[in-house]
Amino acid sequence: MNLLRLWLRGLPAYLWSGWGAIASLLLLMAAWEAVSQRYGALVLPDPRAAFHTLYGLLASGPGWSELAITARRALTGLALSIVAGSVLGLVAGLSMTASTMSRPLVTVLMGTPPIAWLVLAMLWFGASDGTPLFTVFIACFPLVFLGALQGARTLDGQLRDMARTFRLPLRMQVFDVYLPHMLSYLFPSWIAALGVSWKVVVMAELLASSDGVGAALAASRSQLDTATTMAWISAVVGLLLAVEYLVLEPFKREVERWRAPQA
Amino acid sequence: MASAASLIGAAGLIEAGAAHLTEVRLEAAALELSGVGHAFGPTEVLEGIDLALQPGQTVALVGPSGCGKTTLLHLVAGLLPLREGTISNRFASTACMFQQPRLLPWKTASENIALGLKARGMSRAQRAQRALELGERLGLGADDLAKFPHELSGGMQSRVALARALVLDPQLLLLDEPFSSLDIGLKTELYALLAEHQARRGMAVLMITHDLMEAVRLSDRILVMIAGPGRIARRLVLRDALGRRDDAWVYRSTAALLQDPVVRESFGLPEAQADGLELPAAVEPPPAPAGAPAACAAAPVPAFTIEDAPVRAHAPAHRC
Repeated sequence: MNLLRLWLRGLPAYLWSGWGAIASLLLLMAAWEAVSQRYGALVLPDPRAAFHTLYGLLASGPGWSELAITARRALTGLALSIVAGSVLGLVAGLSMTASTMSRPLVTVLMGTPPIAWLVLAMLWFGASDGTPLFTVFIACFPLVFLGALQGARTLDGQLRDMARTFRLPLRMQVFDVYLPHMLSYLFPSWIAALGVSWKVVVMAELLASSDGVGAALAASRSQLDTATTMAWISAVVGLLLAVEYLVLEPFKREVERWRAPQA
Repeated sequence: MASAASLIGAAGLIEAGAAHLTEVRLEAAALELSGVGHAFGPTEVLEGIDLALQPGQTVALVGPSGCGKTTLLHLVAGLLPLREGTISNRFASTACMFQQPRLLPWKTASENIALGLKARGMSRAQRAQRALELGERLGLGADDLAKFPHELSGGMQSRVALARALVLDPQLLLLDEPFSSLDIGLKTELYALLAEHQARRGMAVLMITHDLMEAVRLSDRILVMIAGPGRIARRLVLRDALGRRDDAWVYRSTAALLQDPVVRESFGLPEAQADGLELPAAVEPPPAPAGAPAACAAAPVPAFTIEDAPVRAHAPAHRC
């Protein structure tokens, strides 16, 4: 409830500050339209055609249900990786040995391309939901893990000493000292992971699933239907933009009001 | 050594009664350290520290950077495990103020002040009320209290840190060079706030500083530390009560203290020039202590009593 109030309080000023962002998005549209006029609708349909198709998909077609399936997979995988990555990263960060040992492992995870994980996942999980879920999880996990690790490693020893001299009980140490600090590292990593999950889930569905946005994209590709392709892409990107800039960003602003403004 | 000792004599040191005073203090001390030592790996940083502090008293530990002062304070605060010697702290409550304000950046000034109260389980409204009352006395208005630390100046942050320690009404306050980065006006103001609080609550203060003038201004006793390994090389008892120390007295006494060979050695100063140097003590004698013979007022009045033996034997008599 409190969080909701924070979110609502920051919203009007935040939306007003969004004009610049909207202007740059409109520029992108203009570039899109220019390219489509230059090369023709088969290569790239113009934005109006794409949005018209999208409207059709959403209003009467499979739009919402496919998006819901994709969103469910992406968010489940993301949630799993956020929980596992935050907890394990925190634990690893508290021990010098564990953080030294886990760093190269995380680099290996980061360096392995998601498509390689996808191939493995297809072998392990087949065409079930497990394939996109696992791929999203494994692609997001190292990001969140590293964020949590950094957060725990950079815990200010001075503040920790202060907390001890003031005899803060464990609950206060966690909620008043450690968590706020950790959140300032975790939050950006969660946002980055959200972007990754969204991209990876579409890729996984395209190759391994029979439903979801990815599968719909595969179908439209095989029919050379670029307008539908662009419609799906717009839907996915638009949803990501909406989640990040309408939910996470204003929330983050309110939660991190204590931060000195970046010069 | 002898010539330097006579310089202290010129500054007006008396040597009477120190020994039995110490004994009395040890008996009543609520904080007592004996034979405390500490080592970081093979490096010994503290050796054989004996120290006693009784309620209402201020003891200053002075010494150069790296002589183990902060380690000693951390041992007293329980931030480091005690390896050698004993520390008995019979004060009911202890609070700390560090060199940096160490405020939680994600909490407002008011919430930072009330941190210790929250740990004690006080209700939110009561906490805010106490923070408001104390903040007002320390020159923090309601609008300052609502700000986050990054929105406050360095001086304001120090006030918040001081308030955070004082709001707990500690019996013992540990200060680790808390005023070292503040300008002189702000320092003086915070000294006054501290002294006022101390007088009202009978709080004991153990402070660390490398600022001799600060030590002379605030403390009842000064312990001079020497590095490698850190140990107490000189124990001085200051004569005048806190309220009687004006600026002139502080300057003069600090200058006199700086002539002490042990102090000079501790801070790595070259040896004082021999007898030619006229000490500022001669410039203007401070007011005579109450009940002192009139004849004494004309003579340079002693500022310190040295508690330990080495110099006492050589010091010329300036007794009244």
